[in-house]
Amino acid sequence: MNALFPLLAFDAVTAVLLIPVAAAVLLALLPGYRLTARLNVIASLLTLLAALSLLVTARPIPGLYLLVDDLNIVFIVLNAFVGFTTSIFSASYIAHELETGRLTPANLRFYHAMYQIMMFGMNLAFVSNNIGLMWVAVELATLTTVLMVGIYRTHEALEAAWKYFILGSVGIAFALFGTILVYMAAQPVVGEGYDAMVWTLLITHAAAFDPALLNVAFVFLLLGYGTKVGLAPLHAWLPDAHAEGPTPISAVLSGLLLNVALYAVLRFKILLAASPEAIAAGPLMMTMGLISLVFAAFMLYRRRDIKRLFAYSSIEHMGIIVFAFGMGGPVANFAGLLHMVMHSLTKSAIFFAVGHIAQIKGTQRLSSIRGLTETHPGLGWGLVIGVVAIAGLPPLGIFMSEFLVVSSTFARQPLLAIPLVFGLLIAFGALLLRLTGVAFGQPRGSTAPAEASYIPMYSHLALVLGAGIYLPPPLVAWFQHIATLLR
Amino acid sequence: MSGLVFDIAHMFAGGLVLVSMMMLYQDRLYALLNVFALHSMVLTLSVAWQAFVQDAPHLYVTAAIALVFKAVIIPVALHRMIRQLGIHREIETVVGIGPTMLAGIGLVALAMVVMLRVTPEANPLAREDLAFALSVLLLGLLVMVTRRNAVSQVVGFMSLENGLVLAATGAKGMPLVVEISVAFSILIAFIVIGVFLFRIRERFDTVDVRALDDFKGRRRK
Repeated sequence: MNALFPLLAFDAVTAVLLIPVAAAVLLALLPGYRLTARLNVIASLLTLLAALSLLVTARPIPGLYLLVDDLNIVFIVLNAFVGFTTSIFSASYIAHELETGRLTPANLRFYHAMYQIMMFGMNLAFVSNNIGLMWVAVELATLTTVLMVGIYRTHEALEAAWKYFILGSVGIAFALFGTILVYMAAQPVVGEGYDAMVWTLLITHAAAFDPALLNVAFVFLLLGYGTKVGLAPLHAWLPDAHAEGPTPISAVLSGLLLNVALYAVLRFKILLAASPEAIAAGPLMMTMGLISLVFAAFMLYRRRDIKRLFAYSSIEHMGIIVFAFGMGGPVANFAGLLHMVMHSLTKSAIFFAVGHIAQIKGTQRLSSIRGLTETHPGLGWGLVIGVVAIAGLPPLGIFMSEFLVVSSTFARQPLLAIPLVFGLLIAFGALLLRLTGVAFGQPRGSTAPAEASYIPMYSHLALVLGAGIYLPPPLVAWFQHIATLLR
Repeated sequence: MSGLVFDIAHMFAGGLVLVSMMMLYQDRLYALLNVFALHSMVLTLSVAWQAFVQDAPHLYVTAAIALVFKAVIIPVALHRMIRQLGIHREIETVVGIGPTMLAGIGLVALAMVVMLRVTPEANPLAREDLAFALSVLLLGLLVMVTRRNAVSQVVGFMSLENGLVLAATGAKGMPLVVEISVAFSILIAFIVIGVFLFRIRERFDTVDVRALDDFKGRRRK
């Protein structure tokens, strides 16, 4: 019986990877919107179930390519969950896009196939035990989103996709160069060939690596993957890509793709921490995180487009998360991890609401959207809860994680707490200012009834609220364990 | 023998940097494409030499991809595309040739300083290869930021990618090199040529990305 368990677990990993691939092929071939939208939901659900089964089955022995450990399992489950809820949202969103003629049935086939390939790329990036394979997977996930951002073929969408493509490619190139450098550092110690790219082997031998080479490698990796996290000097693609693509894609970009890149950065940070003579990765990450936070917080004030507003808010929150992980230590890592999960859930919920709102109003301009709680209470109040959560008000989950980040900063780096709190307050003000306009006041624009799917949005918000009030002890223990792994 | 092996590898890698520098002062699209073809040709030689030296037959595949795909098919296809689309043959640069060249020299110096300093213990062949590769990468980036034209930005990206292939082949015994070069080729073929140029053409009747910027100016963010 025991011999069966590794086999079962292996199946779960394979399923997480193969279900999206199989679904992508099917979705590319099958016609008909209703069928494919449903199939997309079913495939995402199956992936979620497979991901959840990873939690209970025994884990496979790390191989040359695949690895399941405590760190990536959080990411995989989160990824599959948000992927599933977004596919439900996407079904109702896309129906409207077809009616208004913004998308043709052929576009749609492409869209659904790309959606599943993107899920495959992201899952592959998480489970890969090979730094080369991880790079390929991140690249795949990025490229599919580039294609989807450009799917409307409008001026803006093309501009956004082009910008995303160019900046993303530069990021890809830097990350690959960093990966090659890590291989160069590992090769004299671990030996030539695949072994010197296997993460589990790298980490056990990291102490013997050439620290100078590892330092340079990390700088390239941070710049490369950091472009995709949306860290401040390299963030230029992010608002455009969020604003011009279909909203389900904005939701997965903010909720998931940024996490994929962050995960890659974290893996290499752990590697660097295992080498005693290498520079500490922390200060670099903290600097970039703080710059992103403060910069994005100020940028929030000048936004006139609702999706751009929340895209900048994503930059802000990724800044907080990277800052927390950069500071390190059990509390800050715990807070960073919790914040990442909460941000993914909240931000995708916000985009679910925003997607329907923009469809009803026929515009994304903030000034044309007013008084939502009166005309569309379901969407309006959902947005209110989401924005209140993202602004960091109690009792929602983000308040707790932000509180932990701030308090551990005060305990360890009191000086850095000043810009941190400053940035948080600035962003808080901007978001609430915008929210009062959008949610309350004299209704403006179309008041057509919403054909929205409320379940994805409210289930996310319920989870965020639940986490803010009560975190189950097993979850806390689990996250604490991961926090110690992250150093 | 090892001296000669090293010198030849050095020559090819240095040649790649030189051709990258040549790219910086091309002001016509056709000329830029020709220089890129030359760039890929030098890369082919360099990779083939590494395959021979390291006795790694799989690297010949990478060399063949570089030769067939990047030195022949892509430049020919882009040539045809430029002719058919009738886009401007001249490249508009953001800054003048002189400052660009100076910046290029600065970047090469930077690459040397960074890479040679951190790899004193590495195998000298790999070490110099890496320094040259970083130079090519940075020069490719420079081409991308100093050109307004979409085709030349793509060429810049491809030359940057050539630098990565050089780095990957220089790292002895690195796995996945072939896969990575295939992935890159697919990336270039599909995204750039297939999708973007035609879509941009469809909408703008020009492949000058300044059209995108102009548009941006009119829009309220």
